[in-house]
Amino acid sequence: MHLHKYEKIWLAFGVAALVVFLSVVGVSAFSHDHTPAGGMETIDPKKVNETAPFDKPGVTQLDDNTYQVAVVSMAFGYNAPELKVPAGKEIIFKVTSTDVVHSFTIDNTKVNLMVVPGQITTKSYTFEKPGKYLILCNEYCGTGHHLMYNEIEVY
Amino acid sequence: MSKKTEEHGVDLRGTLISVFFVGIVIIAMWVAVYLMYVAR
Amino acid sequence: MIAAKDRKIALWNIGVAYTAFLIGTLCGLLQVFIRNDALQLPAWLDYYQILTAHGVLLALIYTAFFIFGFFVTGMSKTLGTFGPKVWLFSWIGFWVTLAGTVLATIMIVSGEASVLYTFYAPLKASGWYYVGLALYVVGTWISSFALIAHYLVWRKAHKGEMSPLFAFMTIATLVLWLIACLGVVATVLFQYIPWAFGWTDTINVELSRSLFWYFGHPLVYFWLLPAYMAWYLIVPKLLGVKVFSDSLARLSFVLFILFSIPVGFHHQLTEPGISNFWKFLQVVLTFMVIVPSLMTAFSMFATFETSGRKKGAKGLFGWFAMLPWKDVRFTSIFIAMAFFIPGGAGGIINASFQLNEVVHNTLWIVGHFHITVGTPVAMTFMGMTFWLIPYLTGRKFTKSMQTLGFVQIITWSIGMLLMSTAQHVLGLLGAPRRTAYSSYNNHPAALEWFDGILTSHVTMAIGGSILFISAMMLMYIVVMTMFLSPKAEKPEDIVEFPLADSDRESSPKFLENWKIWIGIAFALILIAYAIPLSSMIQHAPPGSEGLKTW
Ligand code: HEM
Ligand SMILES: [Cu+2]
Ligand SMILES: [Cu+2]
Repeated sequence: MHLHKYEKIWLAFGVAALVVFLSVVGVSAFSHDHTPAGGMETIDPKKVNETAPFDKPGVTQLDDNTYQVAVVSMAFGYNAPELKVPAGKEIIFKVTSTDVVHSFTIDNTKVNLMVVPGQITTKSYTFEKPGKYLILCNEYCGTGHHLMYNEIEVY
Repeated sequence: MSKKTEEHGVDLRGTLISVFFVGIVIIAMWVAVYLMYVAR
Repeated sequence: MIAAKDRKIALWNIGVAYTAFLIGTLCGLLQVFIRNDALQLPAWLDYYQILTAHGVLLALIYTAFFIFGFFVTGMSKTLGTFGPKVWLFSWIGFWVTLAGTVLATIMIVSGEASVLYTFYAPLKASGWYYVGLALYVVGTWISSFALIAHYLVWRKAHKGEMSPLFAFMTIATLVLWLIACLGVVATVLFQYIPWAFGWTDTINVELSRSLFWYFGHPLVYFWLLPAYMAWYLIVPKLLGVKVFSDSLARLSFVLFILFSIPVGFHHQLTEPGISNFWKFLQVVLTFMVIVPSLMTAFSMFATFETSGRKKGAKGLFGWFAMLPWKDVRFTSIFIAMAFFIPGGAGGIINASFQLNEVVHNTLWIVGHFHITVGTPVAMTFMGMTFWLIPYLTGRKFTKSMQTLGFVQIITWSIGMLLMSTAQHVLGLLGAPRRTAYSSYNNHPAALEWFDGILTSHVTMAIGGSILFISAMMLMYIVVMTMFLSPKAEKPEDIVEFPLADSDRESSPKFLENWKIWIGIAFALILIAYAIPLSSMIQHAPPGSEGLKTW
């Protein structure tokens, strides 16, 4: 099998670019805690409303610099009263579903996560700017999918 | 015609430049979205 | 020309493909108008029902039937007329696939299956929808095995010979398809069907998603590889040269078999139930599958340049002007390739682990697959349609048809440029995909997305309308060349199957040793999937009951 000299140059360049991309996202993810949303916790989808922290959805302060926001998603809305969090503090979102798959997506942030019944999705995010952010569902969940939204206030 | 590559007997300088153009598009788009990610 | 019996199989496949294309693009047109609130649907019709039909008919049905039409023609041409068994099983495969298609379509139309083409549990469609999908897969398997048998017969008769490149690439694509389908067959047969018919109460949702995406990513390569076949094999012929490198073409297809399957988690990067380690491992494997596409890019430009220089082109880019721009069979494929540059680049972004959070399930993704499957693949198929149907029917591809062909591909390009650019930008701004019209109660953030000129509701609708007009021109060409154009009687009118020669004798034999490649493919699949899937089963939460939320 014979490679033209220029093809070798091209493939070396291409592979090098891919290695750089992978290293950038890999290092940023694993050593600066920028992994995408996820988590391995499970939950009984029928007992969400009785299971902590979803028995009391909403904002809880964990310590001086950390808040937890528990959100229950269902067709076609989010159960999370009084969604108000401070800017500049770490917010840990915990989201699950009582029925089908949804997403929990906060406009103009890194929070864009899939909500899968039986699982708890976790994402940590720190808001920089105060304001009212749109929350929406971007995974098809039924007739009312495009009407599934909410708002979070950052103060 | 300047430098011809002996092996294939064809001049592929245009090809090299063209694929590098493809490479630049890939890198430019990737960097743009990476910067958006960082800014969010 | 190939045997009439074989031509008939190919023509029926292509006929079904374009029936699906007709309905599918009509759905696309409705979608762009519903999305911008210009169209109110009657109560019995739902946006998501239309979207399900669009996805299924274009992504699954149009592609698969066209691909089999192309494969049947090419395999009969390169390896000889089908034997009686190959012929019979090709027909059985066709009818079973069609039966599945019709069943699934009926369920969609009757509103029992508005679950989109990804049918994520626990949305529960009628059990017959899943039966339809299963029949579709089984049908394609029967057709695949018929073609593989044809190939094996040829190899027996030509011991020690490298097979023609067309046959090699067909078999590589079919091997990829057979291995890929194992995932969707497993989930449909063992999870969805028992659950949808009520034999089991609940379903393991995360497992079903993972099995779907085990299939879902190589699915896109099942679309792409036949287009690559046209790029590697048809284009050089149109340019009057040989395949740039037979061995590298084979190597790239082998790499696709190896690396396009153990990568499905890159569609699940933002979801729970898969640890970061396994997600990242599959991201790395995804990046490996970019390499054969980089090789393809080089081969394409090298083919162009070689042919131009043979014709006496000067300077660095003189060859560019020498390309046969007046030949619609070439120009269509060239445009298809051009669209694949940003298309492929977008794919690298999507797969870049946490960067996926920027684009996941936004309109960017919709833009992305319309400039990968919706144009590079679809326009390559269009460009092939221009000669494949006349070749099979023995009709002329008249001057006026050629002109119309040009108008068709140019309008498709313009429409797609408008629609997909708008979608890419809107997606980056945050606008979601798979949604009917919504202003989120006039939320300022949502209103802002659609504020720009490019991102206004109008751009997408204009783009979509141009696309639909283009699709109807193509349908006209299809109908004419199938049934109405004059028969080609003079030798210069006869439309040929343009297939380039390649130096297959010089390619190393191990490239055609399927045992090695299939073995490595399964090894990689085991590495990437065995542990995360078994932990999904072992640590499964209580399952989900089905819901019909539409
Ligand atoms: C007339 C031409 C076309 C138009 C106007 C069109 C329009 C659209 C639009 C607006 C959407 C997004 C809807 C949403 O997310 O809410 C969509 C989705 C889609 N399109 Fe097209 N499209 C066209 C042709 C094609 C072609 C040729 C293919 C593939 C061969 C294709 C494959 C898809 C797929 C797979 C989806 C995703 C469906 C889903 O989310 O479940 N489209 N199309
Ligand atoms: Cu939804
Ligand atoms: Cu993929």
